[in-house]
Amino acid sequence: MANRIPRVEVREQAPAVRATNFEEVCYGYDRDEAMLEASRCLNCKNPRCVAACPVGIAIPDFIAAVARGDEQAASEIISKDSLLPSICGRVCPQETQCEGSCVLGVKFEPVAIGKLERYVGDWKIANAPAAVERPESNGRRVAVVGSGPSALACASDLAAMGYEVKVFEALHKLGGVLVYGIPEFRLPKDKIVEREIDSLRRLGVEFETDVIIGRTLTIDDLLDKEGYDAVFVGSGAGLPRFMGIEGENLNGVFSANEFLTRVNLMGAYDSESSDTPVFVGRRAVVVGGGNVAMDAVRTAKRLGAEAVIVYRRSEAELPARREEVHHAREEGIEFRMLTNPTRIIADERGWVKGISCVEMTLGEPDASGRRSPVTVEGSDFEIECDVVIMALGTSPNPLIASTTEGLAVNRRGCIEADESGATTRKGVFAGGDTVTGAATVILAMGAGRRAARAIDEYIKGL
Amino acid sequence: MFEILEKRMLAESIWLMRISAPRVARAALPGQFVIVRADQGGERIPLTIADYDAAEGSVTIVIQTIGLSTRKICALGVGESLADFAGPLGRPSDFVTMPLDELRSRRWLFVAGGVGAAPVYPQVKWLSEHGVRCDVIIGAKTRDMLIYTDLMRQAAECLHIATDDGSEGFHGMVTALMKELIETRGEHYDECVAIGPMIMMKFVTMTARSYSLPTTVSLNALMVDGTGMCGACRVSVGGRMLFTCVDGPEFDGYEVDFDEAMRRQAMYRTHERNALEKHKCNCYGE
Repeated sequence: MANRIPRVEVREQAPAVRATNFEEVCYGYDRDEAMLEASRCLNCKNPRCVAACPVGIAIPDFIAAVARGDEQAASEIISKDSLLPSICGRVCPQETQCEGSCVLGVKFEPVAIGKLERYVGDWKIANAPAAVERPESNGRRVAVVGSGPSALACASDLAAMGYEVKVFEALHKLGGVLVYGIPEFRLPKDKIVEREIDSLRRLGVEFETDVIIGRTLTIDDLLDKEGYDAVFVGSGAGLPRFMGIEGENLNGVFSANEFLTRVNLMGAYDSESSDTPVFVGRRAVVVGGGNVAMDAVRTAKRLGAEAVIVYRRSEAELPARREEVHHAREEGIEFRMLTNPTRIIADERGWVKGISCVEMTLGEPDASGRRSPVTVEGSDFEIECDVVIMALGTSPNPLIASTTEGLAVNRRGCIEADESGATTRKGVFAGGDTVTGAATVILAMGAGRRAARAIDEYIKGL
Repeated sequence: MFEILEKRMLAESIWLMRISAPRVARAALPGQFVIVRADQGGERIPLTIADYDAAEGSVTIVIQTIGLSTRKICALGVGESLADFAGPLGRPSDFVTMPLDELRSRRWLFVAGGVGAAPVYPQVKWLSEHGVRCDVIIGAKTRDMLIYTDLMRQAAECLHIATDDGSEGFHGMVTALMKELIETRGEHYDECVAIGPMIMMKFVTMTARSYSLPTTVSLNALMVDGTGMCGACRVSVGGRMLFTCVDGPEFDGYEVDFDEAMRRQAMYRTHERNALEKHKCNCYGE
């Protein structure tokens, strides 16, 4: 039964300590804490949280199972709709999804659905059987391009249905954005991501790294020469965007993708075990307000720089998860809201020495419904810094579309796919950021699973 | 893992390695590059492809040991493996998709500086196999640093050598030899391709421009992933920001901002020097 206790606080590393290391910020609930927090759920007849979940997890049901201490049941309930609870529990924007719709949140604090999901996901990893019975092969083969959330979800479902699945990854390490993008302090790689990939291996999914589809092999090679019956393209977001202002090619200006890839994928935060350099300077300005901007600015801080967020709208419009903004503030990140860069200033050697900005004010709402920022005339000022990191989103990578006959892209250059993931090319399906543009892990996972069902139907109809 | 099938020293600190990489070998075309990582913890570094053999499933790379990562690669021997060998990356040279009639109606001049001779070779080889006439200039500081001269002599219509100290061939820079060929010997070229150190490509482009000779250069920018994701390799071409890995590596030399490219290339020089000093080095690659 629901009770009136306050939301159970989750234990975290102290801000001053964690701002100097890359260990995970949040420790998560232990069993007692999880059961207590789960007991707060009202188990609504018409649960708004389920409607607000992009994949419709039966949230009150799994929470009820946690409340009675039955993690196995909770895990099975989540598994029906989500494959990566340990990951989504950590990175979903719960405040705009499940928790944002929780009835308790109207008067009190919403149930900590994300933390409970994470608890169940971590339990599932810790209690994973050493071996699982592999489904009997149906003799049909599917190639999966990429190894991020959509690709892993698609591969997992197809393998469970009996398909022989092979995942092709362009980089040397599996996991896509989970590995190169999201930092260790938010999503541990060995403890979580690698374990999720291991569980796919146990299902019989094969992986090959260092294969760039569109270069090493084309989609046509996969279908015609390598003998796959269908292909799923989950190749991710693409090329980093820049602002188009003066000075963006100065030394010391990086895309957030580059900065984070050097640190996360290449391990540059540990110079003892990695040869890859990263330059963070004394004072780093990160331009943007999304999760990637928060990841970059907090990474810069951990590498020893003073770290500043510059964002052209106000705090209310920050697209990042609320928890990340909160954590960033706690860690001493400086926020310069309603500020827009106009030029990056060079020293005499061509390195960054500052960034010119203007103040902004919020005007009329734009197409997205957010009030659009308007420049305050004559408000120019400079922020001193020696590193500028652009976290402005991405534009699609044309590599696959441009090398695949008959694969249409939309106006924005993303691969065109219907609700099921079917593209304009027979036998080729797509999902995740490559279709939607940069979005969330859970949407990508959902798209991968829908595509797995569509691929199954397609192959059965061959 | 990608096994090293052959390893040879071509000149001091310049090594040739033939690597087993069947998928890359089958897909490679002139102008493309690979990303190589020596071991776990190693840096991803871009290297141009010096040759490829689809039948054998091998790709040849030529490496000059300049920093820690190139030394690590060159410390590996035959029978050992590179952790990663991903490619072919970048757009192939434009000529592979041009009509052969058009190609054959033009005379090509390739200008290679230092290790740049290695990536020039598959281009010259491809063109001469397709009946296109090309002359090649290979430049080096001194005769001991010349590489690929024998292979190039077979592939090119005419091979010219320039050494800074005059120890072999023309005494002087490649740009002076270009001038000599065009002005004194009356040679006429329709296309120029320059591959070598950034500073050399800049001056070759300037020289070629003085003869209105269109010039293609192959940029060796810093990269991390090599597939367009990181943007470390961005370069100003005709005032536009392009990515060397997906838009290049070959660009119209007239349009490239070489000074910016050189500055960007040196971004981690201090770091590299420190890393090399810190590294307990046992890999001078015997």
